[in-house]
Amino acid sequence: MSVDAEVQQFLRKRRPAHQARGQQIAWAGVTLALLAAILYLGSQKNFGPLQYAQLVLDGLRGGTIYALIALGFVTVFNVTGIINFAQGGFVMLGAMLAVTINDWGALAQWSPGPRLAAAVLAAVLATTLIGVLVERLTIYPARNAEPLTLIIITVGVYIVMQGVALIVWGTDAYSLPAFTTLAMRDRTFRLGTVIVKAQSFWIWGVTGVTMAVLYYFFEHTMWGRALRACSVNRLAARLMGIRPDRMSMLAFGLAAAMGAIGGIVLAPATRPVYDMGLSLGLKGFVAAIMGGLVNPPAAVVGGILLGIIENVGAGVTRAGIKDIFSFIILIWVLLFRPQGLFGRQQTVEKV
Amino acid sequence: MRLLRSHRNEASLATLALVVLALGLFEVLQPGGRDVASLTGDVVTFNTLVRIGILTIVVVGLNVLMGYAGQVSLGQAAFYGLGAYVSGIFTTRAEVFGLPGGLEGAWWWPWLLMGVGMAFTGLFAYLVGRPILRLKGHYLAMATLGLGIMVYILFRENFGFRTSTVNLTGGFDGLFDIPRLRLGSWELWPITRYYFLVWLAALASIAVALNLVHSRVGRALRAIHGSEVAAEAMAVDTAEFKVRALVFSAMLASLAGSLYAHFQAAVSPGPFSFIGSLELVVMAAVGGLRNVWGAPLGVALILAIEEFLRAKGHELFAGIGSEAEPVVFGIILVLIMIFLPEGLTDGLRRLPRLWQRRSGTPAASSEVTS
Repeated sequence: MSVDAEVQQFLRKRRPAHQARGQQIAWAGVTLALLAAILYLGSQKNFGPLQYAQLVLDGLRGGTIYALIALGFVTVFNVTGIINFAQGGFVMLGAMLAVTINDWGALAQWSPGPRLAAAVLAAVLATTLIGVLVERLTIYPARNAEPLTLIIITVGVYIVMQGVALIVWGTDAYSLPAFTTLAMRDRTFRLGTVIVKAQSFWIWGVTGVTMAVLYYFFEHTMWGRALRACSVNRLAARLMGIRPDRMSMLAFGLAAAMGAIGGIVLAPATRPVYDMGLSLGLKGFVAAIMGGLVNPPAAVVGGILLGIIENVGAGVTRAGIKDIFSFIILIWVLLFRPQGLFGRQQTVEKV
Repeated sequence: MRLLRSHRNEASLATLALVVLALGLFEVLQPGGRDVASLTGDVVTFNTLVRIGILTIVVVGLNVLMGYAGQVSLGQAAFYGLGAYVSGIFTTRAEVFGLPGGLEGAWWWPWLLMGVGMAFTGLFAYLVGRPILRLKGHYLAMATLGLGIMVYILFRENFGFRTSTVNLTGGFDGLFDIPRLRLGSWELWPITRYYFLVWLAALASIAVALNLVHSRVGRALRAIHGSEVAAEAMAVDTAEFKVRALVFSAMLASLAGSLYAHFQAAVSPGPFSFIGSLELVVMAAVGGLRNVWGAPLGVALILAIEEFLRAKGHELFAGIGSEAEPVVFGIILVLIMIFLPEGLTDGLRRLPRLWQRRSGTPAASSEVTS
């Protein structure tokens, strides 16, 4: 703990109990007012429960992807203290590589199922490798630099990635076959007027499995524990024989893999373009902030919440201002809940 | 009464002013039929020089905010855009606000708007700065990022109005036919006239910033950068000074935005996006954050690289053309940040020491040893 933080903690007064109570009432009031506003705007458009269900379901799909991207942010931030703007680039690379490998002439005589599986696997591996390379080539040489310098470096890396993608793939939107039908047309499930595409279940399923694997990795494997040790205390981890720079490499590889998986499962539902990474990366980042930036499960909840809020918000207003909701949430969280929506007060020193 | 508080900076400012003057006169007189663009083989055109001047004004403010006060802003393009849109909107569609139509024709109206834009942007910066500047480090960077993107979306989406009912910003397409600046009936156009106006403003903002950082305020800002608690203990009103630095940078950005609007005669949301803000930070960081002179250096270098890639990229990378521009730009950016994290000004300052040849400073011991 720095001297600054200690002094500040010493100076900070405890907030009396009745004030905390008042705050709770204020929160409840704000939440109710927002809900009322949504319902009012929805009623202007004659929205019924089914319309809301559709909006929430679609938001849930986007939110799951945000959650996956947010996990990449949290992993890298925990281990290295860097906010990795290149994260969105990994998402784009994963999707684009999967499309390219799937369309590759050499695999043309394979049946569509194995071909898609091979493409997905190869794309995830390739992106992971790129993530490791990025860390070695750009972060490692500057590991002692200031945070701002490192942020700018990751921004530069993102610009390079997007630039390479522009050269290789051009400005066209590509498409990956849906995982269920292995064709461009996906199966849909209908419930009244509510429509769910089969790909949505793939997105939820794959994300769920990825999170389970990550959980096992962080809790029950040597490398996972070493990573966690690094995020708790770098110096102590080093004294225990863990090499923080190796862990930083591992964290970038993991983050790249998570981004790639997110991009690939999303690809059949949207159409991947060379510049899709920027907005997805920023949303994933907002989700990570909602979770307090250091807490993986909270980041997942943050991502899902963000997806639902922005989709419902855009649904009752206009599609053009969809992005504004995430940034309103970002600033609101930073100002009033910097420890994350679910964090306890102690971590407030980070601010 | 001296212009600046330090002799060395006065000399540097005079040098820069002379260079600006020389380049301007070169373009006006065109000796031997050559213009400024021909000096660099049509890479850096006269137009680029004007843009360097405009962006220098923004980056000087950013330099004070980030380098001296230590407060990161990833949303500076929002302030730049506010200036541009205040000028653009009120010179082309003042009637939307019930203002008399004759105003748009009056020569003093754009000049007044420039001041109004600065005041408005400064007020906006003050109001958002008070809460946001409580945040530090990454968190501040992200809050300013969010703010910048929100303002950009408001520009792009016409502040949420339908363009068919109230058209303020023109949405994606932006505003056109913004008038040139005039003094009475003397138009500050063609570009050679505008060039001198822009650089006059740029030099003035450099001078103001230099005086600011070498004053009591500047020392307070550096104290905040060092340790906020220590600064507070020295009776520095940290919250107030941080907000003042933000307001200063926002007002400069707004001024530059107005100059940009009258330069392009059109304003569209593109330059004020997140990427725009990033470019500004990159320019400031590449130039060097701990030195006001980093601003013109960084802007000039980044724009020169961009122009070079645009002009010569297709020759260097056969078959790829201008698409290679962002890749090369990104690589250069990463390399500079890895090898010169303190920016170009720091690199330049270290050069003489590398050669061990610098007279007049105690560090130079070459005469003694050799």
